[in-house]
Amino acid sequence: MAYPAGFRYTKEHEWIDVKGETGTVGITDYAQHELGDVVFVELPRVGAKLTAGKPFGTVESVKAVSEIYSPASGEVLETNGKLGDSPETINKDPHARAWLIKIKLSNKSEIAGLMDAPAYEAYIAAKDKEAHA
Amino acid sequence: MTDSIRKARLHVNQSEGLIFEKSAPGKRGIELPPLDVPAVDARKAVGAENARDEIAAFPEVSEIEVIRHFTRLSTWNYAIDLGMYPLGSCTMKYNPRVNEFVARLDGVATEHPYQPLELSQGCLKILELLQTCLLNITGMDAVTLQPSAGAQGELTGLLLIRAYLESKGNPRKKVLIPDSAHGTNPATAVIAGYEVENVRSDANGQIDIEQLKRIVNEDVAALMVTNPSTLGVFEQRIAEAAEILHAAGALLYMDGANMNALAGVARPGDFGVDVMHLNLHKTFSTPHGGGGPGAGPVVVKKILEPFLPVPVLAKKPDGSLTLEFNRSASIGRVRAFVGNFGVLVRALAYTLAYGPGIRQATEDAVLNANYIRKNLEGVFDLPYASPSMHEVVFSDAKQKKFGVGTMDIAKRLIDYGFHPYTTAFPLIVHGAMMIEPTESESKEECDLFIDAMRAIADEAEKNPELVKTAPHSTRVGRLDEVGAARKPILRWKPASKNEAAD
Amino acid sequence: MRYLPKSPSERQEMLAAIGVRSAEELFSSIPAKFRLKELLNLPGPLSEMEIIDFFKARGAENSVGYTSFLGAGVYNHLRSVVTDAIIQRGEFLTSYTPYQAEISQGTLQAIFEFQTLMCQLTVQEVANASMYDGSTALTEAVLMADRITGRRRVVMARSVHPEYRQVLATYARNLKIEIIEAGFTETGQIDLAKVKELVHDDTSCVVVQSPNFFGVIEPVEQIAQIAHAKESLSVVAITEAVSLGALKPPSAADIVAMEGQSFGLAPSYGGPFVGVIATREKFVRQMPGRLAGQTTDNTGRRGFCLTLATREQHIRREKATSNICTNQALCALAATVHLCLLGKEGLKELAAQNIAKARFAAAELAKVPGVKLAFTGPTFNEFVIELPRSVKIVNASLRRDKIIGPYALGTFYPELTKRGLVCVTETTTRAQIETLAAALKRALAEPL
Repeated sequence: MAYPAGFRYTKEHEWIDVKGETGTVGITDYAQHELGDVVFVELPRVGAKLTAGKPFGTVESVKAVSEIYSPASGEVLETNGKLGDSPETINKDPHARAWLIKIKLSNKSEIAGLMDAPAYEAYIAAKDKEAHA
Repeated sequence: MTDSIRKARLHVNQSEGLIFEKSAPGKRGIELPPLDVPAVDARKAVGAENARDEIAAFPEVSEIEVIRHFTRLSTWNYAIDLGMYPLGSCTMKYNPRVNEFVARLDGVATEHPYQPLELSQGCLKILELLQTCLLNITGMDAVTLQPSAGAQGELTGLLLIRAYLESKGNPRKKVLIPDSAHGTNPATAVIAGYEVENVRSDANGQIDIEQLKRIVNEDVAALMVTNPSTLGVFEQRIAEAAEILHAAGALLYMDGANMNALAGVARPGDFGVDVMHLNLHKTFSTPHGGGGPGAGPVVVKKILEPFLPVPVLAKKPDGSLTLEFNRSASIGRVRAFVGNFGVLVRALAYTLAYGPGIRQATEDAVLNANYIRKNLEGVFDLPYASPSMHEVVFSDAKQKKFGVGTMDIAKRLIDYGFHPYTTAFPLIVHGAMMIEPTESESKEECDLFIDAMRAIADEAEKNPELVKTAPHSTRVGRLDEVGAARKPILRWKPASKNEAAD
Repeated sequence: MRYLPKSPSERQEMLAAIGVRSAEELFSSIPAKFRLKELLNLPGPLSEMEIIDFFKARGAENSVGYTSFLGAGVYNHLRSVVTDAIIQRGEFLTSYTPYQAEISQGTLQAIFEFQTLMCQLTVQEVANASMYDGSTALTEAVLMADRITGRRRVVMARSVHPEYRQVLATYARNLKIEIIEAGFTETGQIDLAKVKELVHDDTSCVVVQSPNFFGVIEPVEQIAQIAHAKESLSVVAITEAVSLGALKPPSAADIVAMEGQSFGLAPSYGGPFVGVIATREKFVRQMPGRLAGQTTDNTGRRGFCLTLATREQHIRREKATSNICTNQALCALAATVHLCLLGKEGLKELAAQNIAKARFAAAELAKVPGVKLAFTGPTFNEFVIELPRSVKIVNASLRRDKIIGPYALGTFYPELTKRGLVCVTETTTRAQIETLAAALKRALAEPL
């Protein structure tokens, strides 16, 4: 799957799509692939204050549970309620319909420190190589 | 199926619904003797506001239906009584039947935990003798039999360490846990109020002593180590690790899950361990029963004795036994009453059956593991070449080339009449195949297992699909675990509202 | 040795195949100084007959031949031989935790049935596949309430089983949970006015037991209302599960923590028993303990598997919120078989017999000069009597009549040394109750 060029990415495999002062956050295709079939997502309440690099929720497969780290600091504006009933969307469409939260960015300069799509693709390619070495 | 399948398989074709689906009003499976006192109106007696109406949709079936139902269900289970259970780190050994018999005797099963101590001397003598045996086997100084299972034993052990360190003025902050440890270890440390620091194993899968020297300081409360490790390998430098910890005022906790490799051969108390728990449902043969009950006694060195949970077994001046409840330094109680007494009875019966001969059981367990290792080396990848004790850990590296993973091989073993080995563990081995035969397997059964594993390795190469879609001979095929977790159905409900008489 | 299936020559063959000369060599990775040179000094080996004789002799040193009126969390109820026949089938007794669903459908379906029965009895939406016992189930229920509410203060009735409270105290100490106790009134029930005072916006839950340690039925719904008014949870403990055959289920509670020993398990000097947590569906992911779920296999057939396993500690490791690993599957199976045998009518009749016998016993004992009933609240099969002298002294006299008398409440409640908790079940005969009354009369007539 192609990694959208407009997004920024973390080393923990989250993406953020910044439009103005708002950032939409999800997990990457690589992350959903590593997790396997997602069965449950736990998201913060609207209004929660997030800090860049700190966990804000969890995503569970049958045999693993992973924390989701916030790519940027800010306040939660909206969460994707549809995932409660259909967590499989995360496996099917991780970069669009399976967005997790929208946040109001409190420090836009943090975004510059994240990877762009080519850098992220290089990062996961290196990771794969390491795993098979 | 291939011709190489030589073992009888389970009866798998019984069709059996849920007990609720057999229910019909007016049936019952127990009749009570007639009431010998005046009947009362239960509703009036407890007050209408406290009285219950019917128990909606509760089953109503006869005795024979109950017997058939559960007997049919039982045929869908694998069990030690049917064959080998090579589950690494689980020590699935024979569960002697006499243990079941004695646990059910009048005077043993019938005793109430609050009856007077003068009328409980038999129970207390059973506890005392088991304590003596466990202390002898582990080389430790004091013991509590109270914890209900291994995980609670772990917690008790860490709370003892905490209480001891508090008595020295500082409970400290961290517990060190090797990356090869069982997942319960870090969970327990957190519940005991500690942070966890993971310690990496060295190239041989052993504790990295140099690293340990660097990280042990006055913030470290203890190192939790499993010995033999989860790779089935003896920690050669464990005594050195103990010295490093002790020099810094920290303690050494040993997870006794793998005690089946040591009983009668070496004693943790001799190589520097301060506290350890034992899993009586592993080393001491009490039945797993499909997941419990167990018991997790904790043995300690003298310095930790004052902190043991209450009650503590003690001897009175007249020689009779008693339970002490008032001990000022105790960590408190970890469960109600004295513990899983019925499980303790079974463990003592097991220990008495062997006596000093327990060494032979340990030798046979290690012999079986090494025999299997020798016969499967080359067929499967052996990630750590260190000498094995009671279990051996292979990996699926050779079979992965054909797209066959450890889970597939494990599932295919079912078709050959064996329970799968342990797959997801230890975490430091990718695609682990963790095999623990125990002493309960004959040479013949070991040979059958080796044949099965070799046959599956061959299938993985020539017909990988056969392995990847296994098992093929069970009552149900691979189950949709994802669906079960996404939309959990955790109880039966009547088909329609009309059927539920509320 | 009869448990070891190898002949000496087979051992030699296997050693040769491995390429070592002796068994001793297999242990060469253990540093020599730690290898035992001699056999351990352990009693045995004993034959099967000797083992049976040993335990029979120990049993004879206990209370065989005595009539007991003890309850207080462990109850002597009828047990069917059918239950024992089922749980002694090797396929149940000697099977492992059902992680490999394809060859564990028997255990898994039985667990699913157990979960259903527990939901039906408690009128809760989900129940787990068992905990160690009632005391640890209650502790886990409180930890669960703290996770759900994010609060750390617990209001606890003093009439909850004292040992259950002690267990919670052990766990709470390092988790910074504060426990505030609420006393009881002359009814034997929790002091509702006091509860109202104690419950605040920072209270995670209000814990009561019903019937409580004094055998008195608590006003569970009113207590739940007080808790809910502050968005706290209501936790209800049950130690005498047979009461659910006659008493209103704790449907108002948010979490029920129950001891299931009364459902076919022997007293066994305190264990093994079977704890249960039942709760609302919305809290299922905060509930500890294993769960079996219904699903389908690759051909569409109904089957069962362990599910929501990510709540378990071996996956969460240091992120775990509970450290219970082994559950009590075989005890849960025994309870399941027992309840299926009893059925809807059997359980109701059993509970009604307990009430009738306890009423009869209370009336008989109240006729004894100097004896009165201590609390006025409604009861099930246990009640408290007040004596003119210490219960422990009276019990020593009763023992001469081969009677194990009431539980001395002074053990845990220093102000109640003259009060004793009497338990009467369907297994207690009218003659035994009359014998107790007569013996008590004699005991109280003795000079102090």
